[in-house]
Amino acid sequence: MTTHPKRPFFLNLLVIRLPVAGVMSIGHRISGVTLVFTIPYFIHLLALSLASPADFDAVSQTIAGWPFKAFLFLFLWALMHHFLAGIRYLMLDIDVGIEKPLYRQTAWGVLAGGPVLALILLGALS
Amino acid sequence: MSRQASGLRAWVFQRVTAILLLLYFPYLILSLAFSPPANYAAWVAWLSQPLVGMGFLIFVGALLLHAWVGVRDAIIDYVHPITARVTALTLLALGLIGCGLWALKVVILAG
Repeated sequence: MTTHPKRPFFLNLLVIRLPVAGVMSIGHRISGVTLVFTIPYFIHLLALSLASPADFDAVSQTIAGWPFKAFLFLFLWALMHHFLAGIRYLMLDIDVGIEKPLYRQTAWGVLAGGPVLALILLGALS
Repeated sequence: MSRQASGLRAWVFQRVTAILLLLYFPYLILSLAFSPPANYAAWVAWLSQPLVGMGFLIFVGALLLHAWVGVRDAIIDYVHPITARVTALTLLALGLIGCGLWALKVVILAG
């Protein structure tokens, strides 16, 4: 690989017009790192819910409240975005959906499908 | 092991654990959505079943391994000074191992 001594270095995120697959891709990374930070919280809820009947009721109350529902929506959005984008990457690994119009359409599908699936699951879990 | 092989191994881990998580997350979410535990006793009884508990621990293992490979990639991409990078990777590893041991303790105490 040739290296240019004066290659352009242009990383202003407000000016770069990232293609849709790029937006979806950085969303995959952001959602993934965000989801990792929720792991200890969910283990905490699980531990508490199994500690005693009173703690189980306390957890039931917490997860019925709107602050938890708001958190759960954001969590499910991150999870479903990561999930759909992950399926898309696994398909790309086996050369499915790698052609030009399709890879853009599936990127739009991932971006739109994340919040829609999150709302459906939020409704199912409520 | 060469650097290439180590990268390939991470790539394979990421995909094998991804498939496990793709199977387990729908099962977990749909279980909680369609048969939520009625009370504490039912909840403990559900998790005490050997298959449920073992399945959950395998899921946690896959999740933590998946998280390790993914966040490690992000750290290597964005954190360049070697001290900061090693610190971040160490904190990540300790945090994930801690989560794993915590989940193990929770499931063992439930069973």
